[in-house]
Amino acid sequence: MSGFQDLLQFVFAGITSGAIYALIALGFCVVHNTIGIVNFAQVDFVSLGGMFLFSGLFWSGLPMVVALPCAVAAVTLVGIVVERLGVRPSRSQNHLVLIFLTIGISIILRGGMKLIWGKNRMAVPPLAGEEPLRIAGAAILPQAVAILVITTLAIGLLVFFFRGTRLGLCMRAVASNQTAAAVVGIPVGRVKAASFALAGGLGGLAGVLVTPITTLSYDVGVLLGLKGFAAAILGGFGSFPGAVLGGLLLGLLESLSAGYWSSAYKDVSAFVVLLLVLFVRPKGLLGK
Amino acid sequence: MLTTRDNLFYFIYLHRTGLTVLALGVVLVAWPVMESNPYNLGLSNLIAIYAIVVLGLNLFIGYAGQISLGHAAFFAIGAYGSAIGTVTLGGPAWPVMMAVALVAALIALAVGLPALKLSGHYLAMATLGFNIVVYTILVQWDAVTGGPSGFAGIPYLTIGSVVFDNEIHFHYLVWTFAMVALLLCLNLVRSGVGRGLAALAEDETAAAALGVDTRRAKVKVFILSAVLASVAGSLFAHCYAFVSPDSFNIFVSVDFVIMVVVGGMGSIWGTLFGTALITLLPEWIEALESFKDIIHGLILVMILLFLPQGLVTGIVDAVRTRIALNRHA
Amino acid sequence: MLELRNVSKWFGGLPALQDVSFRIAPGQVTALIGPNGAGKSTLINCISGVDRVQAGSVLLARRPVEALPAFKIAALGVARTFQNLKLFSRLTVLDNVLTGLTVAAERSFAVSMMRLPALRHQERQLRLRALKALDDFGLAKKAHWPASSLSYGEKKRVEMARAFVSDPRLVLLDEPVAGLNTEETAQIARHIRRQRSAGHTMLLVEHDMELVMEVADQVVVLDSGRCIASGKPEAVRSNPLVLEAYLGRMEATA
Repeated sequence: MSGFQDLLQFVFAGITSGAIYALIALGFCVVHNTIGIVNFAQVDFVSLGGMFLFSGLFWSGLPMVVALPCAVAAVTLVGIVVERLGVRPSRSQNHLVLIFLTIGISIILRGGMKLIWGKNRMAVPPLAGEEPLRIAGAAILPQAVAILVITTLAIGLLVFFFRGTRLGLCMRAVASNQTAAAVVGIPVGRVKAASFALAGGLGGLAGVLVTPITTLSYDVGVLLGLKGFAAAILGGFGSFPGAVLGGLLLGLLESLSAGYWSSAYKDVSAFVVLLLVLFVRPKGLLGK
Repeated sequence: MLTTRDNLFYFIYLHRTGLTVLALGVVLVAWPVMESNPYNLGLSNLIAIYAIVVLGLNLFIGYAGQISLGHAAFFAIGAYGSAIGTVTLGGPAWPVMMAVALVAALIALAVGLPALKLSGHYLAMATLGFNIVVYTILVQWDAVTGGPSGFAGIPYLTIGSVVFDNEIHFHYLVWTFAMVALLLCLNLVRSGVGRGLAALAEDETAAAALGVDTRRAKVKVFILSAVLASVAGSLFAHCYAFVSPDSFNIFVSVDFVIMVVVGGMGSIWGTLFGTALITLLPEWIEALESFKDIIHGLILVMILLFLPQGLVTGIVDAVRTRIALNRHA
Repeated sequence: MLELRNVSKWFGGLPALQDVSFRIAPGQVTALIGPNGAGKSTLINCISGVDRVQAGSVLLARRPVEALPAFKIAALGVARTFQNLKLFSRLTVLDNVLTGLTVAAERSFAVSMMRLPALRHQERQLRLRALKALDDFGLAKKAHWPASSLSYGEKKRVEMARAFVSDPRLVLLDEPVAGLNTEETAQIARHIRRQRSAGHTMLLVEHDMELVMEVADQVVVLDSGRCIASGKPEAVRSNPLVLEAYLGRMEATA
């Protein structure tokens, strides 16, 4: 295989995992923009997506086209429940308290998944076939193509949601000034619930897309999710284009460093570069 | 005119911190006499080691108002630093311990200086990322760290002819360190520096307007907490003679945060309680092994929802306010 | 003591302060008045370093301080209160006042952690000063209460005690009687007069004209970020520009 084919292969792998990071990063941003906190339960939304897909396929015997949207919807619902039962009842507005609260919720969700689905690793079949496609000599899994197509669609839908729907506009209003938004009669409470729903949906989608190419376990989302968080910070926390850019850059960086340097340290490379970027440009690439 | 009794009460009130430390010290000196089961002593030793880490972390969370999700990494630097320094490089244990703490301080400075310029989110990420980097190095660089199977054969600590090689000796060693750390932290928070930090945790603008150099204070507390974590790590390595990466992953960092929250953010005494509770909990609910995570999470969520000041501070505050209100009703 | 030269600041494109200049002589009480949104709090924030001025300079005892961070300005002897109280609810009343002595209590971490005798001695001295300040503001009895358990009026007084405890060169009082009833207002007025006779220099932002007329040596009027008048209280009161700024505003809102 030639050097160019190698490169192409790495770039393609990078963009694929980058798309997943971007989805997760968007989930982090949505909640941050409306509530101003880091929602660590985001990482478990990813695992939950995979778990629900697995159950839909093998426990209920649903076909993939039905099981996939059902799994995403189920995680969306979990997002709403988390906001209702976990975040909203907090009497404190202290960000420290709220962030630690999401850590607690994350631990509970992980414990729950361990109880229901066990600790073993499971396999989820891919969306499309398993026969790799050949593009300019590089082998590409159909699942990777599916990830890119669906992620692009999801981001398109998200843009439409924020620009074209009432709820989306309300969410942008709350993001830019919460007090003013409340004064002009925007239902801030509902917007917060919606942001968690959206975060759940995005995380769940990332989960159903990524688990066929990784494996599935109750803690699969932790490292993926934290990289999504890193991507969000890299792009500038709270910025949607930044989240997508950060995700793709992080994915590329990881896959190139794994390809040309050492796959053992691929997790390290992502975080080291993140720390360096924060050092030079603390607000992230597209941060305000 | 004050009676003898009033004077006695006043003396107790005036020296309440010192007297409580003294009382705890007496109990600790006597403890191995009453409790000879090495397993239980081992548990209380672990509490002491963790308490040193959590004391520093509580200063950082409760007094500087910042988030760290990476203190297990500083704990690891202490443990592996002492292991490598004494076994691989053949250095003497105590100086190695100090050198490693210095290294931890410098790393904390390098991580904290840029990250502390920004809001808590960036620091949460920076510390988490740092923890993941350190953990990965521990697992992957097996030529130096022993990899996933761990690092064995770390020598026991000695002072003169005394070798700290059994649970009773460990007890006196680690609790001495823990009590010194406790005393230093209590002194710090009772001083002008501590009041400045308490101000900083509640309102940065107000603290700055009162003359607190907020950024410098945050960096200093971060470094202090890293040094405490590193020293605790060194003790951990010398007592267990063996370390493996799993004692230092991000979930351990999260456990440290839970200990802070349970004991009360900003409560030094609460730290001991929170550390003890979270360390002992898995022992008590062993039968419910599969529910362990859920219970941990529920404790954290319930406390944050209903007693965000933590168990100890929350209850003390409630009682204090009640008394104050009654007295002036 | 304090001199402002052509201080300007914009929020986005909107001017918040435009070419504001005035000076405060030592020992004087200067009142800063003006309609809502005139830029009074912004000006206080700029002087205390909480906000940055974008043009012009702030001179404290002839030294430019507009580029200094808030904590350094505090160290130069500028203390302040806040419009929306900023007491530390976790600390006792006494400890809150002691935070006003942060600069005087400045010690290294190491010394503080050792609690050496010199530090204990200093702590005792500071405690006495704080208790004296609390006594001045009629709160000695509540020294050991949690700050969160006080009434609104008491909290305002604790904040003033915290500002005055360090004997600062300049005290910035941001609406000290906002939200207080007549009795409490009269009490605060007494405290301000007493601090003035003790020789303290103050800059007071206030809406309550009665209080301003009673305690101020000099009045500065801001309107839409501009300084439209300054001088003795009586002179300012009858200045047609000032009347227009206030009355014009009232007609517009009526």
